[in-house]
Amino acid sequence: MQELNISRLPDDTGWELALTGKWLLQRGDTRVAELLNDLKTKVAAGERLTFVDAGIEEWNSALVVLIEKVQGYADEHELKVDISSLPTGVRQLRALAASHPKRKDMSRRDEAKPPFVERVGLATLAWWKSTRVSMAFIGELLFAVGRMLSGKTKLRWRDVYLCMEDAGPSAFPIVALISVLIGMILAFVGAVQLQQFGASIFVASLVALGMAREMGAMMTAIIMAGRTGASYAAQLGSMQVNEEIDALETMGLKPMEFLVLPRFIALLIMLPLLTIFSTVLGIAGGSLVALLMLDITITQYVEQMTSTVPLHHFVIGFVKSLLFALVIAVAGCMNGITCGRSATAVGQATTRAVVMAIVFIIVVDAVVTIITTVLGI
Amino acid sequence: MTQAHIEVRDLTMAYGSTLIQRDLDFTIGRGDIFIIMGGSGCGKSTLMKHMIGLLTPARGEILFNGEAMWECDFAYRQSMVKKFGITYQSGALISSMTLAENIALPLETYTDLTPSDIRDVIALKLALVGLAEFGEYYPSEISGGMRKRAALARAIALDPEVLFFDEPSAGLDPVSARLLDDLILQLRDSLGATVVMVTHELASIFAIGTNSVFLDPETKTMIAQGDPNQLLADCNDPKVQMFLRRGELLEEA
Repeated sequence: MQELNISRLPDDTGWELALTGKWLLQRGDTRVAELLNDLKTKVAAGERLTFVDAGIEEWNSALVVLIEKVQGYADEHELKVDISSLPTGVRQLRALAASHPKRKDMSRRDEAKPPFVERVGLATLAWWKSTRVSMAFIGELLFAVGRMLSGKTKLRWRDVYLCMEDAGPSAFPIVALISVLIGMILAFVGAVQLQQFGASIFVASLVALGMAREMGAMMTAIIMAGRTGASYAAQLGSMQVNEEIDALETMGLKPMEFLVLPRFIALLIMLPLLTIFSTVLGIAGGSLVALLMLDITITQYVEQMTSTVPLHHFVIGFVKSLLFALVIAVAGCMNGITCGRSATAVGQATTRAVVMAIVFIIVVDAVVTIITTVLGI
Repeated sequence: MTQAHIEVRDLTMAYGSTLIQRDLDFTIGRGDIFIIMGGSGCGKSTLMKHMIGLLTPARGEILFNGEAMWECDFAYRQSMVKKFGITYQSGALISSMTLAENIALPLETYTDLTPSDIRDVIALKLALVGLAEFGEYYPSEISGGMRKRAALARAIALDPEVLFFDEPSAGLDPVSARLLDDLILQLRDSLGATVVMVTHELASIFAIGTNSVFLDPETKTMIAQGDPNQLLADCNDPKVQMFLRRGELLEEA
């Protein structure tokens, strides 16, 4: 048990603070508040406070914290503090804490929150800056593609194949599972309604149209945004943190051509392929429901689908997948390349990449749907 | 002879079937500044990780205050490890937290202190390493040397019995490295802690080391032990001399 007793010094020149027991941090009671209250009521300005080791069994920073607080109070109330009879280690720690020069101008404790108008202004400037960064990135990417097409850039096809493997075959199982389930869900939802009108056969049209025009491309893109887009942002972000991107630049290699272009090309090839698989598997999932729940044969299902869903719906889905690939690659790579230099920044870049990709996938999908509706296709 | 604080007994370290070091046997006395030295890739950091309970020995034992670390259960080993303060080469501060929050982490986890008391302890720890005004800064906003000192402030948050350092001076300019050495020495003296340090910095080794072990990557065992200054004067092993003389024997040969 720790104890602290305050009493008048025998020579009446001040107060004695006698410490006994264990003064340890872990005990959860540094007795600071209690002591400061005592000082307020008992000690007058100009008096001396003398700490006395009256049987300290163990001590650690808890004791030094107590002394620091008393010193702070003493400075404010013109008291003198004497710790010369305390253990050497305590005195050394206090001396060490006081030995470093103070740099008041560096403190952020008193920094006030900027006013509302200033914060709006700062947020607007930050938004404008990030928009310019995005525009510059897309511009640079277009230049890189142009240089590649004109043969001025030597693309590392080995990197492209590795990225294709990661964005294609590795992603296939999850895309396949989700697609089959989406096809089945579409068929279930349609079947409940269409059965009431004796039009169950139109489940084939519903599933095929839904998968071909919308769900095949969109679901694959959303899966890939969470999987591959996030992975691009994390990979490039980590390279930024480890100064690998700086190293590439100093070696005269353009990160845009060395890192972004292979990922961009890989996704542009693999996402449409995955979308085709997704559409086919979604239709197959729908056919399972039709076969098992609605007593529709496979032949009837395929005939209904081919007669009511022309090929251009599949082409629209394919075109969308190309646009989605572009969105995911740009969001992933851009947020990775422009990432800050800390572990937190990598996390933030990855989150931004996924959110940006999903938002723009929906926006692009809406725009394409409006255009095709206006054009009547 | 100082009282034994950490004893490494017949320790063999391996990653799977790959042997790192074998038959390590030495004692670290209370209050020592113990240097683990040796060529690159010899297993210095691996030895430190075994000593702080992050890796399990392939054979042998590590005793802390006379108690075998790997014979006791996990919970007891955790209570032992709480008495260690560790600073890693990069500082390993949590980047999403301010320096004050980094230091508060062990205090909030392992003590019953009130938030106000925790703030007072943080202020003290930051003052001890000369970063009193930087509590509200994030690790990414300060220099490498300051990050190392902040990591030291976190390591001493709970007043550890043993302070472990992995390459504390790496990447620092000579003046900052010297100041960090002085700080380690002052903290050892005032806290009464034992210091275990993995380092290549000869200036630090000779300036503050009181005991050491030299690991050899070729024979995969320790080939020298003792006060580094004494090893420089007395040790006949050419590898140790080469290391401590910064390769001077190579030039003579």
